[in-house]
Amino acid sequence: MGKTLAEKIIAAHAEQDSVSAGDLVTVNVDVVMANDITAPIAINSFDAVGVEEVFNPDRIMLVPSHFTPNKDIKSAEQARTLARFAESQMLSHRFQVGRSGIEHVILPERGLVLPGDLVVGGDSHTCTYGALGAFATGMGSTDIAVTMATGQTWLRVPETMKFVYHGQRQQWVYGKDMILRTIGEISVDGALYRAMEFTGQGITGLGMSDRLTMANMIIEAGGKCGFMPFDAVTQEYVEARATRSYTPYAADDDADYVSVHEFDLSDMEPQVACPYSPDNVKPVSQVEPEKVDQVFIGSCTNGRFEDFAIVADILEKTGREFHPDVRVMIIPGSQAVYLDVLRQGWIELFTLAGGAVSTSTCGPCLGGHMGVLASEEVCVSTSNRNFRGRMGHRDARVFLANPAIATASAILGRIGHPDEL
Amino acid sequence: MKLQGNVWKFGDNIDTDVIIPARYLNTTDPVTLAAHCMEDIDETFASSVQPGDIMVGGANFGCGSSREHAPISIKGAGVSCIVAESFARIFFRNAINIGLPILESVDAARDAQKGDRLTVDLTAGTITNARTGQTYQANPYPPFVLAIIEAGGLVPYTRNTLGIEI
Ligand code: SF4
Repeated sequence: MGKTLAEKIIAAHAEQDSVSAGDLVTVNVDVVMANDITAPIAINSFDAVGVEEVFNPDRIMLVPSHFTPNKDIKSAEQARTLARFAESQMLSHRFQVGRSGIEHVILPERGLVLPGDLVVGGDSHTCTYGALGAFATGMGSTDIAVTMATGQTWLRVPETMKFVYHGQRQQWVYGKDMILRTIGEISVDGALYRAMEFTGQGITGLGMSDRLTMANMIIEAGGKCGFMPFDAVTQEYVEARATRSYTPYAADDDADYVSVHEFDLSDMEPQVACPYSPDNVKPVSQVEPEKVDQVFIGSCTNGRFEDFAIVADILEKTGREFHPDVRVMIIPGSQAVYLDVLRQGWIELFTLAGGAVSTSTCGPCLGGHMGVLASEEVCVSTSNRNFRGRMGHRDARVFLANPAIATASAILGRIGHPDEL
Repeated sequence: MKLQGNVWKFGDNIDTDVIIPARYLNTTDPVTLAAHCMEDIDETFASSVQPGDIMVGGANFGCGSSREHAPISIKGAGVSCIVAESFARIFFRNAINIGLPILESVDAARDAQKGDRLTVDLTAGTITNARTGQTYQANPYPPFVLAIIEAGGLVPYTRNTLGIEI
């Protein structure tokens, strides 16, 4: 029997010839990540372990992005905890405000996570790096502390589900719609404890930005990790960035999958996840055209250059402005993305259209700052979660969508489609 | 080791944003976190929960973010143990790692009602409901996970394996 990507990468990091789904193994970890919310607890636990030094100062990434630029004194103290630890442990990679961004945008962008890596992160969306063909999974702070100390962690080798996408995408349909549709189909616990492998013509045709968006949201189906195949797109993206050597893996043709799910893209509309769950997914034509109070375009799901290109394209082609009653928060996912957007002239474009463009932060995605919702407000967001209370008041309602639907809704002042403009 | 407490019953897919909303994640203090535990779905929980009480959930308990603040806030509120039909995987690890006992049993979780009194025997992995008189067997932990629980969490477990003296 052949092996899945999860089995191959885990075996290589467990120094075993092969492992199979269900095995419990101890693995060597290539990269450990934590952020301003999870690292403070991890640093405390690291001290409690009683080890003097981290296992490898080149491979630990402490990225403040949630409440930064520091929104209050408590957040400032959390960010300071990260900076001091990075200094005292002489970590090679530092992530200061102004030179950084959201962890899941900058780690791939800077070639710090690579194909074939085994990555654990103190953030559930660590699974994003599966777009590069890495085994990447989220863990809590105590797991991160112990991994920072030992360079190892334990894993249960997951079963793998295979997702095949056929046909040609329609206009205004992106990776975001493909993953929302998938989560809608299998539900928020449809991939619990499992790996998800994405294949088919519909995946081959996706750029890295869309692949990162899709891998980002596998946790919304309960998945442990997700994988895009290593191909020419991956190679081109990685070659331009890699900071060290790497080993790509491919799943065997006769690998053992617990299930195979097929999707036809040819008649798929843009998808929207309605409150209060990422699996409450409908085609946009079946969503009530509700009035919106805020639109958020950004986050580790859709905060990359290609996402803002969609916004710019719609504004330029239609010559329209955002609706005067809507707060439009536009937040590039990293300073590098910010600079690219700036150089295109889009910050001027977005600002003239009535948008508020901010420096990189998670901000509104988790109801942190820069766009917290009041009770009963409605928000269209390009992020990944619309749980109750996620972006502010428990009675606020969040609709998750791609950047084109978000832009159209921002212009129309209600949930809508670019074809209506 | 036996735990005894009254049931607080919750549904399926209880996510970590509901357990402890992100707006409180600018602190790691268990007392502050406990004061806001579950407030977005049950405002009475944090003020009325009694030490030793047992939380009962449906499927996929603890889904969503990796925040360890979620089990910390539950433990900080005095909850002695969580029984659910199933747990989201990061939450499962986090709870075990910080020494908050959690047990998976579909029947025990479904049958329990708010206010029921449960007795949980962690060594035997059994849950007894005083109202129905029924005893349920929870899914067993893998031996490796059991070793972490017996050591009192992942930090003491790692200290033991690395041979670091207390
Ligand atoms: S953008 Fe949102 S989902 Fe992504 S890391 Fe930040 S808070 Fe988490």
